[in-house]
Amino acid sequence: MSSAEINKNEVDIVIGALNADLTSFLTSWRPFFTGFHLIVVKDPELKEELSIPEGFDLDVYSKTDMDKIVGASNSTMFSGYSCRYFGYLISKKKYIVSIDDDCVPAKDLKGFLVDAVSQHVTNLENPATPLFFNTLYDPYCEGADFVRGYPFSLRSGVPCAASCGLWLNLADLDAPTQALKTEQRNTSYVDAVMTVPAKAMLPISGINIAFNRELVGPAMVPALRLAGEGKVRWETLEDVWGGMCLKHISDHLGYGVKTGLPYVWRNERGDAVESLRKKWEGMKLMEKSVPFFESLKLPETALKVEDCVLELAKAVKEQLGSDDPAFTQAADAMVKWIQLWNSVNSSS
Amino acid sequence: MVEPASTVGIPVNATPLLKDELDIVIPTIRNLDFLEMWRPFLQPYHLIIVQDGDPSKKIDVPEGFDYELYNRNDINRILGPKASCISFKDSACRCFGYMVSKKKYIFTIDDDCFVAKDPSGKAVNALEQHIKNLLCPSTPFFFNTLYDPYREGADFVRGYPFSLREGASTAVSHGLWLNIPDYDAPTQLVKPKERNTRYVDAVMTIPKGTLFPMCGMNLAFDRELIGPAMYFGLMGDGQPIGRYDDMWAGWCIKVICDHLGLGVKTGLPYIYHSKASNPFVNLKKEYKGIFWQEDIIPFFQNVKLSKEAVTVQQCYIELSKMVKEKLSAIDPYFDKLADAMVTWIEAWDELNPSTKA
Repeated sequence: MSSAEINKNEVDIVIGALNADLTSFLTSWRPFFTGFHLIVVKDPELKEELSIPEGFDLDVYSKTDMDKIVGASNSTMFSGYSCRYFGYLISKKKYIVSIDDDCVPAKDLKGFLVDAVSQHVTNLENPATPLFFNTLYDPYCEGADFVRGYPFSLRSGVPCAASCGLWLNLADLDAPTQALKTEQRNTSYVDAVMTVPAKAMLPISGINIAFNRELVGPAMVPALRLAGEGKVRWETLEDVWGGMCLKHISDHLGYGVKTGLPYVWRNERGDAVESLRKKWEGMKLMEKSVPFFESLKLPETALKVEDCVLELAKAVKEQLGSDDPAFTQAADAMVKWIQLWNSVNSSS
Repeated sequence: MVEPASTVGIPVNATPLLKDELDIVIPTIRNLDFLEMWRPFLQPYHLIIVQDGDPSKKIDVPEGFDYELYNRNDINRILGPKASCISFKDSACRCFGYMVSKKKYIFTIDDDCFVAKDPSGKAVNALEQHIKNLLCPSTPFFFNTLYDPYREGADFVRGYPFSLREGASTAVSHGLWLNIPDYDAPTQLVKPKERNTRYVDAVMTIPKGTLFPMCGMNLAFDRELIGPAMYFGLMGDGQPIGRYDDMWAGWCIKVICDHLGLGVKTGLPYIYHSKASNPFVNLKKEYKGIFWQEDIIPFFQNVKLSKEAVTVQQCYIELSKMVKEKLSAIDPYFDKLADAMVTWIEAWDELNPSTKA
């Protein structure tokens, strides 16, 4: 699907501004952001004014707007990398595409710049196939199909809830891994989109992601905040936690999550060794999260996304609350998020 | 358009990994000319050729290859009455080769599969890649978005639980095909000209709990870990179905691997699939399978093997009982298949006494 076929009115591009100067970021994305509406959300803890080049159709939201719309006490939910969730909350569009502000367009195998926005929307518009693995990956793309042995009843697929893209150069590795392999950069361009099978868990990265807001918006929860959460991805886990929730809810409701293309090029930023100095509690929290999600069964009566989130929050509090206060806070944040979602979106 | 690689001038591999621990099993009814092209990569290894069809026909093996060959008469002689479980007039007969092998690893390839080129134009040593896949752990318990984390240049991504980073043993390596894709007959009829030209440069583990269509054209496995479950079923002559041999094996091995905590990989290596089989012939063979798989898939998705089933043979026998119980209602064929599954295990244990359950 080329960018000409996408209905740009159905998409909001949400950018969380953790850096004040968005000039080179937006300039590099201009060919692919043109024609789309952008929501730029400023990290409430960022003091400087944003620098934004001309020529974009965008709205900027800062702490003042957050205070007005959700109340000052709730603005803390949107600090740091979580600021983008405020954009998800107030958007009115069907699809959201979100890219970290330290990423620029990547080049594909032929040397052409990758239109990540188009690829994400194409992924979202085409069905997902979580119930049976297709060995030729995306069966709906040009030049491919379902292979021999793929049940015909499963070939219409299910709605795609999210499209998780990847990263060249600085991949989304954790601090210990990147610190150990300081020179390692991702140069492997894997030319495929695939559906992550139902029941399989994965670590979803917020660096380059898109989702169907109409379908699963409330499930994109800004909930798990590390005690020492910082302004580099190595010091966060909010997207990974949110992703585990999203995948579980998608599996429950019969939606699919795709991974693979598009790639973005992630610029050098931060120091993994430096991040490693902080006590890395994310590791412990993930270890506890895995058996929890593995055995979790949402009640069959939870048919709406909002209800699924609330059931999930309840289970988190009951089963993980005593393990670490971060989980109790996450559960509370999930409940609060749904309240905000309902109040902000009911008035529209 | 995609072309096969030329291997002219490539010297025979001087450091063939697992040379004495791997057998290459090739089913054939025509000739083995294709081996000429594979010489640099396959000559150091021992071949087990399973000749299907007319046993009086002489199969020419290119010079320099070390091989043993079995035709139908040999199969009957070696297995006696148990030979009934080995298909006739179908490449499913290849599983006899797995049974009779004494090696730890098997690589099986079809005789219309040539050497592929990678995007840089280099000839792909498919066997070497399969061996790497098998010797390296799998990650079935949590999906890694950068695919194979053990590959040079890759790793586990942020958020991947550390306790799962050692992975699981790899039982199966499922390779892919450029040029003629492995489509079923209806798809072949609708898209006769479609060719797979997309080289996806990744190996990945198929998550636990997920089934997949396993193609036997370009496949390798650890015989010690999963061999007894690689039965390719009753196909071909006298059977109501064909072209579901590898599919059947794939569903069986996947539920057993999931139960035993073993991994199954898919992706690289690619081979170049040169010959498209006749879609009308294929349709006749597959016809029943297309309907039956609608019931077979939910069956496999719901299979729960008991805690007491700790060896592959035990798992497989349990599975055969469930097949008899649950699938016979679809067609009496499954009753026969369930019996054949048991016969296969008996034959396997007879020929492989040290690995008996």
